[in-house]
Amino acid sequence: MVPITTLHYLVVAAALFVLGVIGVLTRRNVVIVLMSIELILNAVNLNLVAFSRLYGLHGQIFAIFVITDAAAEAAVGLGILIAFFRNKETVNVDEVDLLKW
Amino acid sequence: MQPVATTFFFYFLSAVTVISGIAVITRRNPVHSALALIVALLGQAGLYLMLYAPFVAGVQIILYAGGIMVLFLFVIMLVNIERAQKEEQFNKQWIVGIVAALALGVLFVLVYMKGKGLFPQTVAQLPEGENTQGIAMLLYRDYMFAFEIASLLLLVAIIGAVVMAKKRI
Amino acid sequence: MLDYITSYLKSDTTPGQAGNFFWAFVYILLIFLGLSVAVIAMNWLERKILAHMQVRLGPMRVGPHGLLQPIADALKLLIKEDIMPAEADPVVFWIAPLIVVITAFTVFIVVPFGPTHAVTDMNIGVLFMLGVSSLSVLGIVTAGWASNSHYPLIGALRSSAQMVSYEIAMGLAVISAVLMTSLNTDGTGTLSMIGIVQAQQAQQTWFIFKFFPLGLIAFFVFAVAMVAETNRAPFDLPEAESELTAGFHTEYSGFRWSLFFLAEYSAMIAVSSIAVTLWLGGWMRPFPHWLTGETWDLVFSLFPGVTFVLLALITFYSTIRMPKHPYFRVQTIGLAGFGAVLGLIGLLLFVPPVRDRIQDIYWFAVKVAGFMYLYIWYRGTFPRYRFDQLMKVGWKVLLPIGLGVLIVTGILGVVLS
Repeated sequence: MVPITTLHYLVVAAALFVLGVIGVLTRRNVVIVLMSIELILNAVNLNLVAFSRLYGLHGQIFAIFVITDAAAEAAVGLGILIAFFRNKETVNVDEVDLLKW
Repeated sequence: MQPVATTFFFYFLSAVTVISGIAVITRRNPVHSALALIVALLGQAGLYLMLYAPFVAGVQIILYAGGIMVLFLFVIMLVNIERAQKEEQFNKQWIVGIVAALALGVLFVLVYMKGKGLFPQTVAQLPEGENTQGIAMLLYRDYMFAFEIASLLLLVAIIGAVVMAKKRI
Repeated sequence: MLDYITSYLKSDTTPGQAGNFFWAFVYILLIFLGLSVAVIAMNWLERKILAHMQVRLGPMRVGPHGLLQPIADALKLLIKEDIMPAEADPVVFWIAPLIVVITAFTVFIVVPFGPTHAVTDMNIGVLFMLGVSSLSVLGIVTAGWASNSHYPLIGALRSSAQMVSYEIAMGLAVISAVLMTSLNTDGTGTLSMIGIVQAQQAQQTWFIFKFFPLGLIAFFVFAVAMVAETNRAPFDLPEAESELTAGFHTEYSGFRWSLFFLAEYSAMIAVSSIAVTLWLGGWMRPFPHWLTGETWDLVFSLFPGVTFVLLALITFYSTIRMPKHPYFRVQTIGLAGFGAVLGLIGLLLFVPPVRDRIQDIYWFAVKVAGFMYLYIWYRGTFPRYRFDQLMKVGWKVLLPIGLGVLIVTGILGVVLS
């Protein structure tokens, strides 16, 4: 068996990142787009923690900051989503095409 | 204690994470997507444990799976998903999107293959028993300023969310 | 193989840390068994105590004093028809009770019943317990949503808002207890459950009495938040019978409903054991530093046996008081047999080697049992809160108190060290 190295973790993280990007680029439902952004942030976190195995604890600190960021992003994003749904009765991203209503 | 069957657990957790990741972006029902995302997050917490990062794994469980995902489920239940489920799920440029994302993935893998010689051969000595203490020392000493800014960011996010979601302020 | 099994007995760590899978498995089985028995006993005790508080008798027909009532109930639930609403989401409806029950049982792998009596000891023990028990809200929310019905959905939304709100106050109270563990010579605290009890041993006080009244206030915040977290009276809005029929599990029946029931009671035991570990000295016996010496050690080590013998005596007394009518003969014999079993266990606990080993577990269980009685007492006496009052208590009372205690504890810790 091949021993598990950092590279293995990086490949998993890359796969998650690509999945997240596909979700953001192709889905119409805002909720799922936001979830895909969470996937992207998680892929970044996995990278950071994998590198912290090589270079010391700093990567884990950065991962915690990214999680904080994700919480803030989710709160604001879902707030916007609720305001948007109240006005337009839809949750599709490509119907957000007005600057003012 | 030394981890056992590292290879098996790595492939198992990675498979769980990636398969649920695929489920997140393909499900028609947002609640199913959210549940798949929770499984992916828990699988990733397992990967963190394998990387000797128990504190990050704990934060991942308590904040992501227990906090943010509850928020997501809450909002999904507030907005009406019946109509959205019957509509077209993917937008018009989905082929371009998938091709671009896959190209990005290929680029990543190529970079990793080229650059893997740059990684140090030895792993840093991170005693698992002192992980939390080490993170606390770094977080409240070296990264004090960043920590304060993160708390400000959260405050702004709270106020922003309230302003957005409330009907009359 | 035998070597592998016996080698653990000489070590002084938990099986998880020693890497011994056999004993870890044995511990998991024992905890599972103990929890199931505790839930069954709790079911009977709750109905009996609640009934006596309202000057009723409670279950009396199935077995002497209704002792077999929980078993009869369990049998009834198992053979009941399992109904799924036609419009429900089948997969999520099926998964939701599993999420709740798995999270409720998983937290017990870090609960320290004694210095070595835990499945494993994690560096992030308290964080793990809070995190995994916070996952149970996912099961409740999905259960309410998947039923595709109005009352469950309202119950699920209420419970998710309630649990997320009270988690914050709970976390702040826990942090101030964790902060108290760092008041030693080298100034490093710990999150591990065993480490926290050892810190209380080293500082020669339970954390509830630390910096009086700070520890007491933190404990109070936790004690209120934990009732809200387990959706029990007076914070049982998610399952308020008079308003929402049964809240999030209205549409569940039979075996799946019993899973929710099992999860609720084991979650109550889980949060009580967090409170016991953090503030009430875990497995430590009362007054371990005042009443020292051989005699006191002996006196306190007799407690487990005395408890069981007392229970046996009470049972024998009720046997004598049973009606003499031949109709009750089987029940009288059964009760006497039950008393004999209790008495035998009590006598076994007087044997010195058993006595010394069982002590930690006994004191832990007694403290948790105290909390269980409190839960029943709350349910018998307090009226239910209104939802806005509930939110007000969580955000405007408990959260500021928790923050204040945290700040003052930090300042005192710096000043005194």
